[in-house]
Amino acid sequence: MAVDAQTVEKLAELARIAISEETIDEVSSRLGDVLQLVDQLQAVNTDGVEPMAHPLEEVQVLRKDEVTEPNRREEFLALAPQTEAGLFLVPKVID
Amino acid sequence: MHQLTIAEIMRGLRDKQFSSVEITSHLLERIQQLDNQFNSFISVTGDQAIKQATAADARLAKGDAPALCGVPIAHKDIFCTSGVRTSCGSKMLDNFVPPYDATVVDNFQQAGAVSLGKTNMDEFAMGSSNESSFYGAVKNPWDIERIPGGSSGGSAAAVAALLVPGTTATDTGGSIRQPAAMTGTTGLKPTYGRVSRWGMIAFASSLDQGGPITRTAEDAALMLSVMAGPDKKDSTCLDRPAQDYTASLGDSIKGLKIGVPSEYFGEGLDSEVGAQVQAALKAYEQLGAELVEISLPHSKLAVPAYYVIAPAEASANLSRFDGVRYGYRCENPADLRDLYMRSRGEGFGEEVKRRILVGSYALSAGYYDAYYNKAQQVRRLIKQDFVDAFDKVDVIMGPTAPNPAFKLGEKNADPVAMYLEDIYTIATNLAGLPGMSIPCGFAHGLPVGLQIIGNYLDEARMLNVAHQFQLASDWHQQTAPAAQ
Repeated sequence: MAVDAQTVEKLAELARIAISEETIDEVSSRLGDVLQLVDQLQAVNTDGVEPMAHPLEEVQVLRKDEVTEPNRREEFLALAPQTEAGLFLVPKVID
Repeated sequence: MHQLTIAEIMRGLRDKQFSSVEITSHLLERIQQLDNQFNSFISVTGDQAIKQATAADARLAKGDAPALCGVPIAHKDIFCTSGVRTSCGSKMLDNFVPPYDATVVDNFQQAGAVSLGKTNMDEFAMGSSNESSFYGAVKNPWDIERIPGGSSGGSAAAVAALLVPGTTATDTGGSIRQPAAMTGTTGLKPTYGRVSRWGMIAFASSLDQGGPITRTAEDAALMLSVMAGPDKKDSTCLDRPAQDYTASLGDSIKGLKIGVPSEYFGEGLDSEVGAQVQAALKAYEQLGAELVEISLPHSKLAVPAYYVIAPAEASANLSRFDGVRYGYRCENPADLRDLYMRSRGEGFGEEVKRRILVGSYALSAGYYDAYYNKAQQVRRLIKQDFVDAFDKVDVIMGPTAPNPAFKLGEKNADPVAMYLEDIYTIATNLAGLPGMSIPCGFAHGLPVGLQIIGNYLDEARMLNVAHQFQLASDWHQQTAPAAQ
Protein backbone atom coordinates (compact mmCIF):
# COMPACT_ATOMS: atom_id res chain seq x y z
CA MET A 1 0.00 0.00 0.00
CA ALA A 2 1.47 3.31 -1.06
CA VAL A 3 1.46 6.30 1.24
CA ASP A 4 1.79 9.56 -0.63
CA ALA A 5 3.81 12.53 0.57
CA GLN A 6 0.65 14.52 1.31
CA THR A 7 -0.55 11.80 3.71
CA VAL A 8 2.83 11.73 5.43
CA GLU A 9 2.68 15.51 5.88
CA LYS A 10 -0.82 15.22 7.35
CA LEU A 11 0.30 12.47 9.74
CA ALA A 12 3.35 14.50 10.74
CA GLU A 13 1.06 17.40 11.57
CA LEU A 14 -1.29 15.15 13.58
CA ALA A 15 1.65 13.65 15.47
CA ARG A 16 3.40 17.03 15.87
CA ILE A 17 6.63 15.65 14.44
CA ALA A 18 8.70 17.69 12.01
CA ILE A 19 9.82 15.63 9.00
CA SER A 20 12.34 17.13 6.64
CA GLU A 21 11.62 17.43 2.91
CA GLU A 22 14.61 15.21 2.11
CA THR A 23 13.31 12.25 4.12
CA ILE A 24 9.64 12.33 3.12
CA ASP A 25 10.07 9.81 0.30
CA GLU A 26 11.89 7.35 2.52
CA VAL A 27 9.34 7.77 5.32
CA SER A 28 6.50 7.27 2.81
CA SER A 29 8.06 4.09 1.50
CA ARG A 30 8.65 2.56 4.91
CA LEU A 31 5.23 3.54 6.19
CA GLY A 32 3.75 1.91 3.11
CA ASP A 33 5.59 -1.33 3.92
CA VAL A 34 4.25 -1.34 7.48
CA LEU A 35 0.70 -0.58 6.37
CA GLN A 36 0.92 -3.35 3.78
CA LEU A 37 1.83 -5.72 6.60
CA VAL A 38 -1.09 -4.65 8.81
CA ASP A 39 -3.49 -4.77 5.87
CA GLN A 40 -3.50 -8.57 6.26
CA LEU A 41 -6.03 -7.97 9.03
CA GLN A 42 -8.64 -6.85 6.52
CA ALA A 43 -9.00 -10.41 5.20
CA VAL A 44 -10.11 -11.79 8.59
CA ASN A 45 -13.77 -12.26 9.36
CA THR A 46 -14.36 -10.65 12.75
CA ASP A 47 -18.15 -10.35 12.60
CA GLY A 48 -19.55 -10.49 16.11
CA VAL A 49 -16.11 -10.54 17.78
CA GLU A 50 -15.87 -8.17 20.71
CA PRO A 51 -12.68 -6.04 20.63
CA MET A 52 -10.32 -6.94 23.48
CA ALA A 53 -8.93 -4.17 25.63
CA HIS A 54 -7.62 -6.18 28.61
CA PRO A 55 -6.56 -9.82 28.35
CA LEU A 56 -7.81 -10.74 31.81
CA GLU A 57 -11.07 -8.81 31.41
CA GLU A 58 -10.19 -6.74 34.47
CA VAL A 59 -12.32 -3.71 35.20
CA GLN A 60 -11.04 -0.27 36.03
CA VAL A 61 -10.05 -0.05 39.69
CA LEU A 62 -11.28 3.08 41.39
CA ARG A 63 -10.04 4.61 44.61
CA LYS A 64 -11.55 7.09 46.98
CA ASP A 65 -11.25 10.67 45.84
CA GLU A 66 -8.66 11.53 48.44
CA VAL A 67 -5.29 13.26 48.16
CA THR A 68 -2.61 10.61 48.69
CA GLU A 69 0.46 12.23 47.17
CA PRO A 70 2.39 15.13 48.65
CA ASN A 71 2.90 18.30 46.60
CA ARG A 72 6.30 17.91 44.85
CA ARG A 73 6.01 20.98 42.69
CA GLU A 74 9.60 22.15 43.16
CA GLU A 75 11.05 18.74 42.22
CA PHE A 76 8.97 18.52 39.05
CA LEU A 77 9.60 22.12 38.06
CA ALA A 78 13.30 21.41 38.38
CA LEU A 79 13.01 18.99 35.44
CA ALA A 80 11.58 21.55 33.03
CA PRO A 81 13.79 23.31 30.47
CA GLN A 82 12.56 26.73 31.62
CA THR A 83 10.48 27.91 34.59
CA GLU A 84 9.59 31.21 36.17
CA ALA A 85 7.79 32.08 39.38
CA GLY A 86 6.82 28.47 39.99
CA LEU A 87 5.39 27.94 36.50
CA PHE A 88 6.50 26.08 33.38
CA LEU A 89 7.70 28.55 30.76
CA VAL A 90 6.84 27.93 27.10
CA PRO A 91 7.28 30.16 24.04
CA LYS A 92 4.51 32.66 23.39
CA VAL A 93 1.53 31.38 21.45
CA ILE A 94 -0.28 34.69 20.85
CA ASP A 95 1.43 37.44 18.85
CA MET B 1 33.12 -14.36 41.46
CA HIS B 2 31.45 -13.00 38.31
CA GLN B 3 30.39 -16.51 37.32
CA LEU B 4 28.14 -16.89 40.36
CA THR B 5 24.38 -16.95 39.95
CA ILE B 6 22.07 -14.89 42.17
CA ALA B 7 21.26 -18.00 44.25
CA GLU B 8 25.01 -18.69 44.71
CA ILE B 9 25.69 -15.05 45.63
CA MET B 10 22.90 -15.17 48.22
CA ARG B 11 24.47 -18.27 49.78
CA GLY B 12 27.99 -16.85 49.59
CA LEU B 13 26.96 -13.62 51.32
CA ARG B 14 25.15 -15.45 54.10
CA ASP B 15 28.03 -17.91 54.56
CA LYS B 16 30.44 -14.93 54.66
CA GLN B 17 32.53 -16.29 51.77
CA PHE B 18 32.65 -12.71 50.46
CA SER B 19 30.98 -9.40 51.21
CA SER B 20 28.56 -7.41 49.10
CA VAL B 21 31.20 -4.66 48.75
CA GLU B 22 33.67 -7.24 47.39
CA ILE B 23 31.37 -8.67 44.75
CA THR B 24 29.98 -5.24 43.86
CA SER B 25 33.49 -3.82 43.41
CA HIS B 26 34.51 -6.84 41.36
CA LEU B 27 31.57 -6.44 38.98
CA LEU B 28 32.01 -2.66 38.70
CA GLU B 29 35.62 -3.29 37.72
CA ARG B 30 34.53 -5.80 35.07
CA ILE B 31 32.01 -3.32 33.68
CA GLN B 32 34.74 -0.69 33.45
CA GLN B 33 37.17 -3.10 31.76
CA LEU B 34 34.84 -4.95 29.41
CA ASP B 35 31.71 -2.97 28.65
CA ASN B 36 33.31 -0.75 26.03
CA GLN B 37 33.07 -3.87 23.81
CA PHE B 38 29.37 -4.46 24.49
CA ASN B 39 27.90 -1.03 25.32
CA SER B 40 25.39 -2.77 27.57
CA PHE B 41 25.20 0.05 30.14
CA ILE B 42 23.99 3.63 29.63
CA SER B 43 24.80 4.70 33.19
CA VAL B 44 26.99 3.02 35.79
CA THR B 45 26.25 4.14 39.34
CA GLY B 46 29.43 3.00 41.06
CA ASP B 47 29.40 5.30 44.10
CA GLN B 48 25.76 4.61 44.86
CA ALA B 49 26.32 0.86 44.42
CA ILE B 50 29.18 0.82 46.92
CA LYS B 51 27.03 2.73 49.43
CA GLN B 52 24.18 0.26 48.95
CA ALA B 53 26.58 -2.69 49.26
CA THR B 54 28.09 -1.26 52.47
CA ALA B 55 24.59 -0.90 53.94
CA ALA B 56 23.74 -4.45 52.82
CA ASP B 57 26.86 -5.83 54.51
CA ALA B 58 25.82 -4.12 57.75
CA ARG B 59 22.38 -5.72 57.55
CA LEU B 60 23.87 -9.12 56.74
CA ALA B 61 26.18 -8.82 59.75
CA LYS B 62 23.24 -8.05 62.01
CA GLY B 63 21.24 -10.98 60.65
CA ASP B 64 18.61 -8.51 59.48
CA ALA B 65 18.83 -9.26 55.77
CA PRO B 66 15.91 -9.29 53.33
CA ALA B 67 15.73 -11.68 50.36
CA LEU B 68 18.26 -10.26 47.91
CA CYS B 69 20.34 -8.31 50.43
CA GLY B 70 23.70 -7.41 48.90
CA VAL B 71 23.01 -9.00 45.51
CA PRO B 72 24.14 -6.83 42.55
CA ILE B 73 21.64 -6.27 39.76
CA ALA B 74 21.03 -3.61 37.09
CA HIS B 75 17.88 -1.97 35.81
CA LYS B 76 16.79 -1.44 32.21
CA ASP B 77 16.91 2.31 31.57
CA ILE B 78 13.12 2.33 31.13
CA PHE B 79 12.57 2.12 34.91
CA CYS B 80 12.61 5.46 36.70
CA THR B 81 15.36 5.73 39.30
CA SER B 82 15.35 8.58 41.78
CA GLY B 83 18.37 10.85 41.25
CA VAL B 84 19.73 8.70 38.39
CA ARG B 85 19.28 9.55 34.70
CA THR B 86 16.49 7.54 33.09
CA SER B 87 16.83 8.02 29.34
CA CYS B 88 14.73 5.18 27.89
CA GLY B 89 17.48 5.00 25.26
CA SER B 90 16.34 8.33 23.80
CA LYS B 91 17.81 11.74 23.13
CA MET B 92 14.40 12.99 24.25
CA LEU B 93 15.12 11.94 27.85
CA ASP B 94 18.91 12.28 27.80
CA ASN B 95 18.73 14.85 30.60
CA PHE B 96 15.84 13.33 32.58
CA VAL B 97 16.61 12.61 36.23
CA PRO B 98 13.40 11.39 37.88
CA PRO B 99 12.57 12.48 41.43
CA TYR B 100 11.07 9.05 42.23
CA ASP B 101 11.68 5.31 41.85
CA ALA B 102 9.54 2.94 39.80
CA THR B 103 7.72 0.40 41.96
CA VAL B 104 9.95 -2.37 40.58
CA VAL B 105 13.08 -0.41 41.54
CA ASP B 106 11.62 0.28 44.97
CA ASN B 107 10.79 -3.43 45.42
CA PHE B 108 14.42 -4.37 44.75
CA GLN B 109 15.64 -1.70 47.15
CA GLN B 110 13.30 -3.05 49.85
CA ALA B 111 14.74 -6.51 49.13
CA GLY B 112 18.27 -5.17 49.71
CA ALA B 113 19.55 -5.53 46.13
CA VAL B 114 22.44 -3.34 44.95
CA SER B 115 21.94 -1.50 41.65
CA LEU B 116 25.05 -1.18 39.49
CA GLY B 117 23.39 1.08 36.92
CA LYS B 118 21.05 1.34 33.99
CA THR B 119 21.22 -0.90 30.95
CA ASN B 120 21.04 0.09 27.30
CA MET B 121 17.89 -0.46 25.27
CA ASP B 122 16.16 0.30 22.00
CA GLU B 123 14.72 3.81 22.11
CA PHE B 124 11.46 3.72 24.07
CA ALA B 125 11.68 -0.09 23.86
CA MET B 126 10.93 -0.01 20.13
CA GLY B 127 13.11 -2.50 18.34
CA SER B 128 14.19 -6.10 18.01
CA SER B 129 17.93 -5.58 17.69
CA ASN B 130 18.98 -2.87 20.15
CA GLU B 131 20.28 -0.74 17.31
CA SER B 132 17.83 2.14 17.82
CA SER B 133 19.32 3.40 21.11
CA PHE B 134 20.51 7.03 21.15
CA TYR B 135 23.55 5.68 23.03
CA GLY B 136 24.56 3.32 20.23
CA ALA B 137 23.96 -0.32 19.49
CA VAL B 138 24.62 -3.04 22.04
CA LYS B 139 26.91 -5.85 20.87
CA ASN B 140 26.24 -9.53 21.48
CA PRO B 141 28.90 -11.06 23.77
CA TRP B 142 28.78 -14.26 21.67
CA ASP B 143 29.90 -12.28 18.60
CA ILE B 144 30.40 -8.56 18.90
CA GLU B 145 29.60 -8.06 15.22
CA ARG B 146 26.06 -9.23 15.93
CA ILE B 147 23.03 -7.75 17.64
CA PRO B 148 22.00 -8.98 21.10
CA GLY B 149 18.26 -8.76 20.32
CA GLY B 150 16.00 -6.03 21.56
CA SER B 151 14.66 -4.05 23.14
CA SER B 152 16.20 -5.30 26.40
CA GLY B 153 19.47 -6.05 24.60
CA GLY B 154 21.57 -4.20 27.16
CA SER B 155 20.03 -6.15 30.03
CA ALA B 156 20.58 -9.45 28.21
CA ALA B 157 24.13 -8.65 27.06
CA ALA B 158 25.15 -7.52 30.55
CA VAL B 159 24.03 -10.89 31.96
CA ALA B 160 25.59 -12.88 29.10
CA ALA B 161 28.88 -10.98 29.52
CA LEU B 162 28.91 -11.86 33.24
CA LEU B 163 28.88 -8.19 34.20
CA VAL B 164 25.89 -8.68 36.48
CA PRO B 165 23.97 -11.83 37.48
CA GLY B 166 20.49 -10.45 36.88
CA THR B 167 18.76 -7.46 35.33
CA THR B 168 15.30 -6.02 35.03
CA ALA B 169 13.84 -5.79 31.55
CA THR B 170 10.55 -5.22 29.77
CA ASP B 171 8.65 -7.10 27.10
CA THR B 172 6.01 -5.49 24.85
CA GLY B 173 6.26 -7.90 21.93
CA GLY B 174 9.14 -10.17 22.92
CA SER B 175 11.71 -7.72 24.26
CA ILE B 176 12.75 -9.94 27.17
CA ARG B 177 12.51 -13.36 25.52
CA GLN B 178 14.06 -12.55 22.12
CA PRO B 179 17.28 -10.97 23.51
CA ALA B 180 17.46 -13.76 26.10
CA ALA B 181 17.35 -16.30 23.25
CA MET B 182 20.01 -14.46 21.26
CA THR B 183 22.42 -14.11 24.19
CA GLY B 184 21.97 -17.53 25.80
CA THR B 185 20.29 -16.14 28.92
CA THR B 186 17.02 -16.88 30.71
CA GLY B 187 14.28 -14.28 30.29
CA LEU B 188 10.80 -14.20 31.77
CA LYS B 189 7.83 -12.08 30.72
CA PRO B 190 5.14 -12.48 33.40
CA THR B 191 1.36 -12.41 32.95
CA TYR B 192 0.18 -8.90 32.01
CA GLY B 193 -0.44 -7.06 35.26
CA ARG B 194 1.62 -9.41 37.45
CA VAL B 195 4.36 -6.78 37.82
CA SER B 196 3.60 -3.10 38.41
CA ARG B 197 4.22 -0.72 35.53
CA TRP B 198 4.27 2.38 37.74
CA GLY B 199 7.42 4.34 36.98
CA MET B 200 8.15 2.21 33.92
CA ILE B 201 8.11 4.55 30.91
CA ALA B 202 5.13 3.48 28.82
CA PHE B 203 5.40 2.26 25.24
CA ALA B 204 2.15 0.29 24.68
CA SER B 205 0.26 0.18 27.94
CA SER B 206 -1.91 -2.87 27.28
CA LEU B 207 1.13 -4.95 26.28
CA ASP B 208 4.14 -3.74 28.33
CA GLN B 209 5.28 -5.97 31.16
CA GLY B 210 8.41 -5.97 33.30
CA GLY B 211 10.35 -9.13 34.10
CA PRO B 212 13.86 -10.44 34.82
CA ILE B 213 16.77 -11.60 32.67
CA THR B 214 19.13 -13.97 34.50
CA ARG B 215 21.34 -16.95 33.83
CA THR B 216 19.03 -19.55 35.37
CA ALA B 217 15.34 -20.19 35.94
CA GLU B 218 16.05 -20.37 39.67
CA ASP B 219 17.40 -16.81 39.56
CA ALA B 220 14.42 -15.67 37.51
CA ALA B 221 12.17 -17.11 40.22
CA LEU B 222 14.13 -15.23 42.90
CA MET B 223 13.85 -11.95 40.99
CA LEU B 224 10.18 -12.38 40.09
CA SER B 225 9.35 -13.07 43.75
CA VAL B 226 10.62 -9.55 44.45
CA MET B 227 9.12 -7.84 41.38
CA ALA B 228 5.58 -9.27 41.40
CA GLY B 229 2.59 -8.22 43.43
CA PRO B 230 -0.22 -5.68 43.54
CA ASP B 231 0.49 -1.96 43.46
CA LYS B 232 -2.02 0.70 44.39
CA LYS B 233 -0.18 3.13 42.14
CA ASP B 234 -0.93 1.04 39.02
CA SER B 235 -4.61 0.30 38.45
CA THR B 236 -3.76 -2.23 35.74
CA CYS B 237 -1.62 -4.24 38.17
CA LEU B 238 -3.45 -7.42 39.22
CA ASP B 239 -4.75 -7.55 42.76
CA ARG B 240 -3.16 -10.94 43.48
CA PRO B 241 -0.71 -11.41 46.34
CA ALA B 242 3.00 -11.84 45.60
CA GLN B 243 4.28 -15.39 45.90
CA ASP B 244 7.53 -17.28 46.42
CA TYR B 245 8.27 -18.60 42.95
CA THR B 246 11.13 -20.75 44.21
CA ALA B 247 8.79 -22.88 46.35
CA SER B 248 7.74 -25.20 43.50
CA LEU B 249 11.10 -25.49 41.73
CA GLY B 250 11.53 -29.08 42.88
CA ASP B 251 8.21 -30.38 41.55
CA SER B 252 8.25 -33.34 39.19
CA ILE B 253 7.21 -32.72 35.59
CA LYS B 254 6.26 -36.34 34.92
CA GLY B 255 2.96 -36.34 33.04
CA LEU B 256 3.28 -32.66 32.08
CA LYS B 257 1.44 -32.01 28.83
CA ILE B 258 3.45 -29.80 26.46
CA GLY B 259 1.57 -28.26 23.56
CA VAL B 260 3.65 -27.93 20.39
CA PRO B 261 2.02 -25.51 17.93
CA SER B 262 2.41 -26.63 14.31
CA GLU B 263 2.42 -22.96 13.23
CA TYR B 264 5.70 -22.34 15.11
CA PHE B 265 7.68 -24.83 13.03
CA GLY B 266 6.85 -23.77 9.49
CA GLU B 267 8.31 -21.50 6.86
CA GLY B 268 10.70 -18.85 8.12
CA LEU B 269 12.25 -20.93 10.90
CA ASP B 270 15.99 -21.50 10.53
CA SER B 271 16.48 -25.27 10.19
CA GLU B 272 19.28 -25.43 12.78
CA VAL B 273 17.21 -23.43 15.26
CA GLY B 274 14.28 -25.78 14.62
CA ALA B 275 16.48 -28.83 15.18
CA GLN B 276 17.75 -27.51 18.53
CA VAL B 277 14.22 -26.77 19.71
CA GLN B 278 13.05 -30.23 18.64
CA ALA B 279 15.96 -31.76 20.56
CA ALA B 280 14.89 -29.83 23.67
CA LEU B 281 11.34 -31.14 23.27
CA LYS B 282 12.74 -34.69 23.09
CA ALA B 283 14.67 -33.99 26.29
CA TYR B 284 11.41 -33.04 27.97
CA GLU B 285 9.91 -36.34 26.82
CA GLN B 286 12.82 -38.12 28.48
CA LEU B 287 12.00 -36.21 31.69
CA GLY B 288 8.49 -37.71 31.59
CA ALA B 289 6.52 -35.02 29.78
CA GLU B 290 4.08 -35.73 26.96
CA LEU B 291 4.18 -33.78 23.67
CA VAL B 292 0.80 -32.85 22.24
CA GLU B 293 0.48 -31.29 18.80
CA ILE B 294 -1.75 -28.21 18.93
CA SER B 295 -2.79 -25.45 16.56
CA LEU B 296 -2.86 -21.70 17.11
CA PRO B 297 -4.60 -20.82 13.83
CA HIS B 298 -4.59 -17.05 14.29
CA SER B 299 -0.94 -16.80 15.29
CA LYS B 300 0.07 -15.56 11.80
CA LEU B 301 -2.04 -12.45 12.49
CA ALA B 302 -0.17 -11.57 15.67
CA VAL B 303 2.47 -9.41 13.98
CA PRO B 304 -0.01 -7.33 11.92
CA ALA B 305 -2.35 -6.88 14.92
CA TYR B 306 0.59 -5.86 17.10
CA TYR B 307 1.79 -3.28 14.57
CA VAL B 308 -1.56 -1.54 14.80
CA ILE B 309 -2.16 -1.78 18.56
CA ALA B 310 1.37 -1.04 19.79
CA PRO B 311 1.95 2.04 17.59
CA ALA B 312 -1.56 3.33 18.36
CA GLU B 313 -0.86 3.14 22.09
CA ALA B 314 2.65 4.51 21.59
CA SER B 315 1.36 7.54 19.70
CA ALA B 316 -0.81 8.39 22.71
CA ASN B 317 1.80 7.56 25.38
CA LEU B 318 4.59 9.49 23.68
CA SER B 319 2.48 12.61 23.20
CA ARG B 320 3.71 13.74 26.61
CA PHE B 321 7.19 14.30 25.16
CA ASP B 322 6.48 17.72 23.72
CA GLY B 323 9.47 19.83 24.70
CA VAL B 324 7.58 21.61 27.46
CA ARG B 325 7.40 19.62 30.66
CA TYR B 326 10.74 17.82 30.70
CA GLY B 327 13.24 16.25 28.35
CA TYR B 328 14.62 17.61 25.09
CA ARG B 329 13.61 21.07 23.83
CA CYS B 330 14.71 22.37 20.44
CA GLU B 331 16.75 25.57 20.15
CA ASN B 332 15.02 28.92 19.60
CA PRO B 333 11.47 27.81 18.75
CA ALA B 334 9.48 30.39 16.78
CA ASP B 335 6.20 29.54 18.49
CA LEU B 336 4.46 26.70 20.32
CA ARG B 337 3.73 24.68 17.19
CA ASP B 338 7.35 24.97 16.11
CA LEU B 339 8.43 23.96 19.60
CA TYR B 340 6.34 20.77 19.47
CA MET B 341 7.22 19.85 15.90
CA ARG B 342 10.96 20.40 16.16
CA SER B 343 11.41 19.08 19.71
CA ARG B 344 9.71 15.83 18.73
CA GLY B 345 11.31 15.73 15.28
CA GLU B 346 14.82 16.22 16.71
CA GLY B 347 14.33 14.33 20.00
CA PHE B 348 12.92 11.06 18.65
CA GLY B 349 14.83 8.58 16.52
CA GLU B 350 13.62 7.16 13.20
CA GLU B 351 11.95 3.99 14.51
CA VAL B 352 10.04 5.88 17.19
CA LYS B 353 8.86 8.49 14.70
CA ARG B 354 7.79 5.75 12.27
CA ARG B 355 5.70 4.01 14.93
CA ILE B 356 4.09 7.25 16.11
CA LEU B 357 3.11 8.02 12.49
CA VAL B 358 1.68 4.52 12.02
CA GLY B 359 -0.24 4.91 15.29
CA SER B 360 -1.56 8.32 14.25
CA TYR B 361 -2.69 6.78 10.97
CA ALA B 362 -4.47 3.86 12.68
CA LEU B 363 -6.28 6.16 15.08
CA SER B 364 -7.14 8.92 12.63
CA ALA B 365 -10.69 9.65 11.47
CA GLY B 366 -11.85 7.14 8.87
CA TYR B 367 -9.29 4.49 9.76
CA TYR B 368 -10.06 3.72 13.43
CA ASP B 369 -12.57 0.93 12.70
CA ALA B 370 -10.59 -0.57 9.83
CA TYR B 371 -7.35 -0.71 11.77
CA TYR B 372 -7.50 -0.25 15.54
CA ASN B 373 -10.89 -1.82 16.20
CA LYS B 374 -10.16 -4.66 13.78
CA ALA B 375 -6.81 -5.36 15.46
CA GLN B 376 -8.48 -5.52 18.89
CA GLN B 377 -11.00 -8.03 17.49
CA VAL B 378 -8.20 -10.15 16.04
CA ARG B 379 -6.50 -9.90 19.40
CA ARG B 380 -9.46 -11.65 20.98
CA LEU B 381 -9.25 -14.45 18.37
CA ILE B 382 -5.56 -14.88 19.18
CA LYS B 383 -6.33 -15.08 22.89
CA GLN B 384 -9.11 -17.62 22.28
CA ASP B 385 -6.64 -19.91 20.46
CA PHE B 386 -4.54 -20.00 23.60
CA VAL B 387 -7.57 -20.52 25.89
CA ASP B 388 -8.59 -23.51 23.74
CA ALA B 389 -5.03 -24.88 23.77
CA PHE B 390 -4.73 -24.61 27.54
CA ASP B 391 -7.83 -26.79 27.88
CA LYS B 392 -5.64 -29.61 26.54
CA VAL B 393 -2.09 -28.83 27.71
CA ASP B 394 -0.20 -27.42 30.70
CA VAL B 395 2.41 -25.37 28.83
CA ILE B 396 3.18 -24.54 25.20
CA MET B 397 6.69 -24.75 23.72
CA GLY B 398 8.41 -23.67 20.54
CA PRO B 399 11.26 -21.51 19.30
CA THR B 400 11.67 -18.04 20.81
CA ALA B 401 13.05 -16.44 17.65
CA PRO B 402 13.18 -17.70 14.07
CA ASN B 403 16.95 -17.07 13.70
CA PRO B 404 20.00 -16.73 15.88
CA ALA B 405 21.44 -13.23 16.32
CA PHE B 406 22.00 -11.48 13.00
CA LYS B 407 24.74 -9.03 12.00
CA LEU B 408 24.56 -5.40 13.11
CA GLY B 409 22.94 -3.31 10.40
CA GLU B 410 21.66 -6.34 8.47
CA LYS B 411 17.94 -5.52 8.83
CA ASN B 412 18.02 -1.78 9.41
CA ALA B 413 16.73 -0.92 5.96
CA ASP B 414 13.75 -3.23 6.22
CA PRO B 415 11.51 -2.57 9.24
CA VAL B 416 9.10 -5.35 8.34
CA ALA B 417 11.91 -7.95 8.30
CA MET B 418 12.93 -6.64 11.73
CA TYR B 419 9.37 -6.88 13.03
CA LEU B 420 9.21 -10.55 12.02
CA GLU B 421 12.01 -11.34 14.49
CA ASP B 422 9.26 -11.30 17.15
CA ILE B 423 6.92 -13.56 15.21
CA TYR B 424 6.79 -16.26 17.93
CA THR B 425 6.70 -13.95 20.94
CA ILE B 426 4.14 -11.26 20.06
CA ALA B 427 1.03 -13.41 20.43
CA THR B 428 1.61 -13.95 24.15
CA ASN B 429 1.74 -10.18 24.71
CA LEU B 430 -1.51 -9.70 22.81
CA ALA B 431 -3.09 -12.46 24.92
CA GLY B 432 -1.44 -11.25 28.15
CA LEU B 433 0.09 -14.68 28.85
CA PRO B 434 3.42 -15.33 30.59
CA GLY B 435 6.35 -16.60 28.55
CA MET B 436 9.99 -17.53 29.05
CA SER B 437 13.05 -18.15 26.95
CA ILE B 438 15.75 -20.54 28.12
CA PRO B 439 18.95 -21.55 26.31
CA CYS B 440 18.55 -24.90 24.52
CA GLY B 441 21.52 -25.22 22.18
CA PHE B 442 23.46 -23.49 19.43
CA ALA B 443 22.80 -22.83 15.75
CA HIS B 444 25.57 -21.51 13.50
CA GLY B 445 27.65 -21.21 16.70
CA LEU B 446 25.14 -18.87 18.35
CA PRO B 447 22.68 -19.42 21.21
CA VAL B 448 19.14 -20.67 20.56
CA GLY B 449 16.20 -20.08 22.87
CA LEU B 450 13.37 -22.44 23.76
CA GLN B 451 10.17 -20.54 24.44
CA ILE B 452 7.86 -21.79 27.19
CA ILE B 453 4.40 -20.21 27.31
CA GLY B 454 2.34 -20.68 30.47
CA ASN B 455 -1.32 -20.21 31.32
CA TYR B 456 -2.44 -17.02 33.07
CA LEU B 457 -0.63 -16.50 36.41
CA ASP B 458 1.02 -19.91 36.05
CA GLU B 459 4.55 -18.50 36.31
CA ALA B 460 5.45 -20.91 39.13
CA ARG B 461 4.83 -23.96 36.96
CA MET B 462 6.59 -22.36 33.98
CA LEU B 463 9.66 -21.60 36.10
CA ASN B 464 9.75 -25.16 37.42
CA VAL B 465 9.44 -26.56 33.89
CA ALA B 466 12.42 -24.39 32.87
CA HIS B 467 14.35 -25.32 36.03
CA GLN B 468 13.92 -29.06 35.42
CA PHE B 469 15.41 -28.66 31.93
CA GLN B 470 18.34 -26.72 33.35
CA LEU B 471 18.96 -29.43 35.96
CA ALA B 472 19.24 -31.92 33.10
CA SER B 473 21.28 -29.78 30.66
CA ASP B 474 24.15 -27.30 30.69
CA TRP B 475 23.24 -24.92 27.85
CA HIS B 476 22.60 -22.15 30.40
CA GLN B 477 26.11 -22.62 31.81
CA GLN B 478 27.92 -21.94 28.54
CA THR B 479 29.88 -18.71 28.61
CA ALA B 480 30.23 -16.25 25.77
CA PRO B 481 33.85 -16.02 24.50
CA ALA B 482 34.07 -12.28 25.11
CA ALA B 483 32.95 -12.76 28.71
CA GLN B 484 35.81 -15.08 29.71
